Amino acid sequence: MAALTDLTIAQLTAALAKKETSAVEVAEAHLGKLDEHRALNAFITETPDQAREMAKASDARRATGLAGLLDGVPLAIKDLFCTEGVQTTAGSHILEGFVPPYESTVTANLWKAGAVMVGKTNLDEFAMGSSNMTSHFGGVENPWKRKGDNRKLVPGGSSGGSAAAVAAYMVPGSTGTDTGGSIRQPASFCGIVGLKPTYGRCSRWGVVAFASSLDQPGPLARTVEDSALLLQGMAGHDPKDSTSAPLPVPDFAAAARNADIKGLRIGIPKEYRVDGTSPEIVALWSQGMDMLKAAGAVPVEISLPHTKYALPAYYIVAPAECSSNLARYDGVRFGLRIPGKDLTEMYQNTRGAGFGKEVRRRILIGTYVLSAGYYDAYYKKAQQIRSLIARDFKEAFEKCDVLLTPTAPTSAFAAGEKMDDPVTMYLNDMFTIPASMAGLPGISVPAGVDKDGLPLGLQIIGRAFDEETMLRAAAALEKAASFNLRPAGY
Amino acid sequence: MSLDKDTVARIARLARLKVADEELAPLAGELSGIFAWIEQLNEVDTGNVEPLSSVSDVTLPMRADKVTDGGIAAKVLANAPGGAVYIDPADKNAGGFFTVPKVME
Repeated sequence: MAALTDLTIAQLTAALAKKETSAVEVAEAHLGKLDEHRALNAFITETPDQAREMAKASDARRATGLAGLLDGVPLAIKDLFCTEGVQTTAGSHILEGFVPPYESTVTANLWKAGAVMVGKTNLDEFAMGSSNMTSHFGGVENPWKRKGDNRKLVPGGSSGGSAAAVAAYMVPGSTGTDTGGSIRQPASFCGIVGLKPTYGRCSRWGVVAFASSLDQPGPLARTVEDSALLLQGMAGHDPKDSTSAPLPVPDFAAAARNADIKGLRIGIPKEYRVDGTSPEIVALWSQGMDMLKAAGAVPVEISLPHTKYALPAYYIVAPAECSSNLARYDGVRFGLRIPGKDLTEMYQNTRGAGFGKEVRRRILIGTYVLSAGYYDAYYKKAQQIRSLIARDFKEAFEKCDVLLTPTAPTSAFAAGEKMDDPVTMYLNDMFTIPASMAGLPGISVPAGVDKDGLPLGLQIIGRAFDEETMLRAAAALEKAASFNLRPAGY
Repeated sequence: MSLDKDTVARIARLARLKVADEELAPLAGELSGIFAWIEQLNEVDTGNVEPLSSVSDVTLPMRADKVTDGGIAAKVLANAPGGAVYIDPADKNAGGFFTVPKVME
């Protein structure tokens, strides 16, 4: 048998079912990798004690024949999910030391399915960033490097630690959250699969809020099937999240095992051919289309006329919601407190010291666009544009079943690049934000490498609550692209 | 749209964020750049378009108006950065208070 840390989630659960290994052995092997690759800074908190306990309990369950869907599978959890008794920081100084007295619904679902937590992963502060460089706990290093170039690259963000941990074989899967691309873009940068479900598919309860109308938890893994298995473990209606969809959880893994896409109509949005996209990504996109066509799918050119407005509209909606959500960090009930001469000064000191530069920038943008006299010009305008974006997709899906687009305009960049101008960094999410604004599911599948040997992902966008068709197309793309490279030394 | 230093100071105050004086000018420049980029939204005619505030088609669910949990004051107060004061230190779940600086003389 291959090394335990090389196995996919599907292979691990099969090996565990056949008693070829134990959850304790599996946990130890992965904890060893956490040790070996600590320099990547993928984790903010490692939880080896919990991992060992949970693995032992998993083996005991299996011995009595009660193993769940993910029993014994080691997972890394983005440090944005509240985990009872384990520090949850959101990558921010203002929450450093916060120990939640409760468990998020998504992680509780995963533990119910038998998964084992090995630690909490690093992220951009409050999930605001596309490089993981805004974390209070330092940047994460991408295990991939450019050929013949030793510079450290970013893993993307905001779920950068979750993506790096999977790409470096420290865990077979992890959780992330995606507001404007925070699962899909790091998956593309790290050569793995990242799935953002339909808004409402996974509960947001217990996930530190950034922009509530956009935030959605989802999985990162090395195969499409594994991402489907994880989604199956995470999803489900939750009365504690009023936007959680009261729908049953389909057999996502079965959909991912069915790569039959004969006759499936693949929409190619012409507005996604934009300046600034690397020519290699444009070429890969058309190769991806050829691969799907060879597998029996039918390409359809479609139009999403408001695509270019999605990004600037997002930078009104998301900061507005962020400024409201982050008002709760006031130094009174949890997290950091910096004293002041009165209550107001205590608030100001605490928030001034506790938030990093990008978070501060977004709180200021949000406060401004929601302030008296500006609401209609900015926030309402952005919500109207959001309507038009959602309508574009609705009309497109009358002509096709899924969309194929690039995930990100470039491959991973070096730490420190693109840091001078915030808008340059925001452009990283130009291909992922439109689907986020419309609440649609999207998945990034590694489909090739660029001239520097860095992985590139392609994105498949599905109809709302039709992750199954999206997974089927993703599985076909994965099969045809047969991306089987791994970062040197991992 | 261009923001000046005073506007940044005003919104920082609204957001209860302490921003050092020397940071106001650079921030005004950064934010002005972002708003200049956002201005492109004015190209779109949104005259008769309904704003979209939520993508979920779900009607907000109703539930019976009754207490569904409670008795966990100790958990609620456990992370209080200024420390908590309990009504009955022997039974922390009996209730307690977060502490803040004095607000009235």
